[in-house]
Amino acid sequence: MGLDLSVDIGGLRLSNPLMAASGCFGYGVEYADAVDLASIGAVVSKGLFLKERSGHPPQRIVETPSGMLNAIGLQGIGVHRYIKEKLPELRRLGATNVINICGSTLDEYVELARILSDAEGVHALEINISCPNIKEGGITFGCSLHGTFDVVSAIKKVTHLPVIPKLTPNVTDVASIAKSAEDAGADAVSLVNTFLAMAIDVETRRPKLSNIVGGLSGPAIRPIAVRMVYECRRAVKIPIIGMGGIANATDALEFMIAGATAVQVGTANFVDPFIWSKLLAGMRDYMQRHSIARIADLVGSVDTSTREKQWISS
Amino acid sequence: MPVDVEARVIRNTRLSPDYNVIELAAPEIAAATAPGQFVMVNPGRGGDPLLRRPFSVFEVVREHGRVTGLTLLSKRVGITTTMLFDAVEGDTVSCLGPLGKPFELVEPPAEAWMVAGGVGLAPFATLGEALLARGTKTTLFYGARSGKELFYLDWFASRGIELKLATEDGTHGDKGRITVPLERELQRAGSADVMVYACGPEPMLEAVAHVAEKYGRPSQVSVERVMGCGMGGCYSCVIPVKDAGGGQHYVRSCIGGPVFKGAELVWD
Repeated sequence: MGLDLSVDIGGLRLSNPLMAASGCFGYGVEYADAVDLASIGAVVSKGLFLKERSGHPPQRIVETPSGMLNAIGLQGIGVHRYIKEKLPELRRLGATNVINICGSTLDEYVELARILSDAEGVHALEINISCPNIKEGGITFGCSLHGTFDVVSAIKKVTHLPVIPKLTPNVTDVASIAKSAEDAGADAVSLVNTFLAMAIDVETRRPKLSNIVGGLSGPAIRPIAVRMVYECRRAVKIPIIGMGGIANATDALEFMIAGATAVQVGTANFVDPFIWSKLLAGMRDYMQRHSIARIADLVGSVDTSTREKQWISS
Repeated sequence: MPVDVEARVIRNTRLSPDYNVIELAAPEIAAATAPGQFVMVNPGRGGDPLLRRPFSVFEVVREHGRVTGLTLLSKRVGITTTMLFDAVEGDTVSCLGPLGKPFELVEPPAEAWMVAGGVGLAPFATLGEALLARGTKTTLFYGARSGKELFYLDWFASRGIELKLATEDGTHGDKGRITVPLERELQRAGSADVMVYACGPEPMLEAVAHVAEKYGRPSQVSVERVMGCGMGGCYSCVIPVKDAGGGQHYVRSCIGGPVFKGAELVWD
């Protein structure tokens, strides 16, 4: 059976639904020796500000049960060096590049979108309004309906690229934020960023991270993230890019069945940089076993009807 | 290019209640490893522990001239090292490598002084062999808390590496830190061309780099920071490095290191 793994994210065609999550894959070039970047649906860059940033002092990560906390603080080379030093190599390697942008103000987001819209080899913009680790970052936009609407609509005015706000789970109702993004013209939404969390060394009574708090990722968050994707699927029509603790093909498929058109993999890439071909093989195997020719047909196909009936009858 | 091997445990030798040397059947990695490079390992199953941990390659194991595996020198301090301590022949450990920048080797007439603290002995078996193969006169300064925690002394001595030892409790060699014999020998070294290599706890690395600098000798230090991926992906293992302009910036120790020039690091 011919298998079609391609998906469409707001006009951007991906050869398969797998994306390397922002902040979990460097700038992509770091992995070029180990992974054929063109074989991944898309590579999402590490979050870029206009200027270089040094990030937080170490310690920046700590492992927790089935997960990890990070507070990197968006160390980065800034958009100009990215375009000059990383993008040409990514183009040469045939990567599909989604650029994650971060601003402290609305103007910074707009400026970043303008600059990147003029650069060769940029395929979409992921709008980081959800990093939990920096005070001045876009989290203030991402935590309110108006903030989300304002930043997305301002960026949409200055770019032809697909605009994909990345949403935080650290809100009361992520579906209403997704709806606000859709109303503002977002081409897709990606969710979830990490869950704000904390770990303390009880011997020293000191926080394990220098930033005191950090973002929780990894398999520990997956069921919550799946639920949030499911809720957003019911609230918006635009494509959803789902993520949160995906560690194998089954996990990726779970997100797609919940309503994600594509998925991002982050922490699992730290564990296994060769995970990409294994994920693709697992997805193909599933499609064959279930006679699914087009993976896009799987999106949002969760069947809740039987479950509801059983519950009513019991 | 790094490879990932589900490596079988060939043997596991407990050296003390805390230290062990575990031999892994990862010849592909062992054969490609340069002194100072590391592997990311995970002995767990089912995602616990989730992340790999970095270990210097200790020995490259050869049988009948053929590379058959590598060993890791481990000290039991956390989940991963406890699992490595408890591992038995036939278990598997996922092993990704080789990773990182190796040591730069010096040649005669320059001498090599390797300075190890505790489990920081790990990179010096392969470094020592590579240096000796170039005919470089090599000395190992090796410090530990007690004489019972000085391992592989015969291994180094039998290969022609001179030993200078120090223990904090004075049970073997100089009493005190390893900088005691290091500084004494630097005072005696006259104008000899010496490269100082160091691996151990960061306060020791800082002290060694300063002593080397004080006597006008270059140093290369191998650092160990909390590392998430080993590939440059996560930006967790950064260490501050001096800028040309007098400032500092964070460099990922997995791909920018783990070996740095002692003079380029900013000590916290």
